[in-house]
Amino acid sequence: MNPGQINLRQIIGRIGLWLAVFVIVSPAILFFLWMASLSLKFEVDNAAYPPVFIPERFAWKNYADVLASNRFLTYFVNSLIVTGSATLLALVVGVPAGYGIARMAAHKSAIVILIARITPGLSYLIPLFLMFQWLGLLGTLVPQVIIHLVVTVPIVIWIMIGYFETTPMELEEAALIDGATRWQVFRHVALPIARPGIAVAFILAVIFSWNNFVFGIVLAGRETRTLPVAVYNMISFDQLSWGPLAAAALIVTFPVLLLTVFAQRQIVAGLTAGAVKGG
Amino acid sequence: MSAIIQANPAAAPSDAAPEKELRPPSYWPFVVPALVVVIAIIIFPWVFTIWMSLNEWKVGSPTSFVGLSNYLRLTSDPRFLEAVGHTMVYTVLSVLLPLVLGTLAAVVFHQKFAGRGFLRALFIMPMMATPVAIALVWTMMFHPQLGVLNYLLSLVGIPSQLWVFHPATVIPSLVLVETWQWTPLVMLIVLGGLAAIPAEPYESAQIDGASFWQVFRFITLPLIMPFLFIAGMIRMIDAVKSFDIIFAITQGGPGSASETINIYLYSVAFTYYDLGYGSAIAVVFFLLIVALAAVMLYMRQRMLWTEIASGA
Repeated sequence: MNPGQINLRQIIGRIGLWLAVFVIVSPAILFFLWMASLSLKFEVDNAAYPPVFIPERFAWKNYADVLASNRFLTYFVNSLIVTGSATLLALVVGVPAGYGIARMAAHKSAIVILIARITPGLSYLIPLFLMFQWLGLLGTLVPQVIIHLVVTVPIVIWIMIGYFETTPMELEEAALIDGATRWQVFRHVALPIARPGIAVAFILAVIFSWNNFVFGIVLAGRETRTLPVAVYNMISFDQLSWGPLAAAALIVTFPVLLLTVFAQRQIVAGLTAGAVKGG
Repeated sequence: MSAIIQANPAAAPSDAAPEKELRPPSYWPFVVPALVVVIAIIIFPWVFTIWMSLNEWKVGSPTSFVGLSNYLRLTSDPRFLEAVGHTMVYTVLSVLLPLVLGTLAAVVFHQKFAGRGFLRALFIMPMMATPVAIALVWTMMFHPQLGVLNYLLSLVGIPSQLWVFHPATVIPSLVLVETWQWTPLVMLIVLGGLAAIPAEPYESAQIDGASFWQVFRFITLPLIMPFLFIAGMIRMIDAVKSFDIIFAITQGGPGSASETINIYLYSVAFTYYDLGYGSAIAVVFFLLIVALAAVMLYMRQRMLWTEIASGA
């Protein structure tokens, strides 16, 4: 075998690899490009056959229309309140719980998290829907904040158990010997070290709460819709205007896509940790 | 002397005892708030669901205890049985396709190439994006006259399809969306498995002149089997429960051609407000998922034993 042959084989291998990468990534890229294209076209272009990929005139007004419709801002604020509260509450109760479970090595308690993972979201809705009705909470955002905890709390606890199991015990033991209380040790030793783990839990909780749809369609009224529910309601409303619909869809999911690109490392770490432990 | 020696062992346990009492329970305060939340939003709903499933419970009319009759009603409800069939077909396809494609994608992403991190981020976008937003765009792409998918088919000479608008193609079309969405998760899990494989087997295979396919079949595949199993398990749990995509694209239609258990559960509980019957469906549905997971675990165990028995 002479060096020239090896080079040729390497080059063919490289080309093959890039071809494979292209084939694998293109369904995702083309989909989101098409989504952007739909959202930037006037109805004439969206109804054209063969389809127009890049229009001659961009319909920026699709975005302006969505953003200017008076309710959109309400729904955006609703989404922020529901996702924000559900995530913060989950961190407040879930991070200490993850710490406690990891330090007590109470691995059996994780079964509850597993059950929560397996249970279809709709099963929580039936009893909690009745509860909220009895408590007279249905016209407010409170039911959605509470039920989003079903999503966020297990994620946070699960990720934090895994994270605290890997953080070193030596520092904590030293602090205990020096007379610190358990709470002080948690607050000043364990918590600062766990910051990357908390970031992972925070990001995943935010994404899964933001994306949640099923709780909203049952619990949200006209004034209390979150963005995914609002977008779904636009479908039946606006069957034939694809441009504004696609623009609304892109606005809803854009924060998540941005987060995916910039926090990819945390997302991958969180999902695979959960996955590998989930089995 | 002997008094001191005798006194010491007596003193030691009494010193240690309060410490033992103090230490282990002192982590409990960390867990209690979460415990309260979990009981309120996970355990209580479960207990209440089981109780409701034993009652005739409709919104707006008085409830009455009916024992197991809601469960008996399930066994002769043609719509439920049909939904079970749809769920099975949907699940099997939505597990197998992402497993195969995700493994191939992982093998590619395991190689080193420029921009790998960024391309991986693009690749995992489908599973992080808001499902409803995605469903909306897929609905437009499935459109028989104006949709881009039929245009793409026409480029390669395949006749137009009705996609989600025809009973025969609706489930495969939805599986296409589900596969597009969740192949990245399988890829990530398998990628984690590939990273854990040592280099030695590959080096000796290269010396022996093994082909790419042989290396994959006889070295890579057996070593990533545990990860494939986990990915399959997670995929199964999620595919059985799949709701957003199906509900937003077809709502179970056309007719009831894509009505899975979860979609049927939704209409029973929140269209007809038959909460007792809906609760019974929820309980059976949960048991079905647990049973499927148990069967998969059992099959995995059997596979391990045959591997050991055959000396592999």
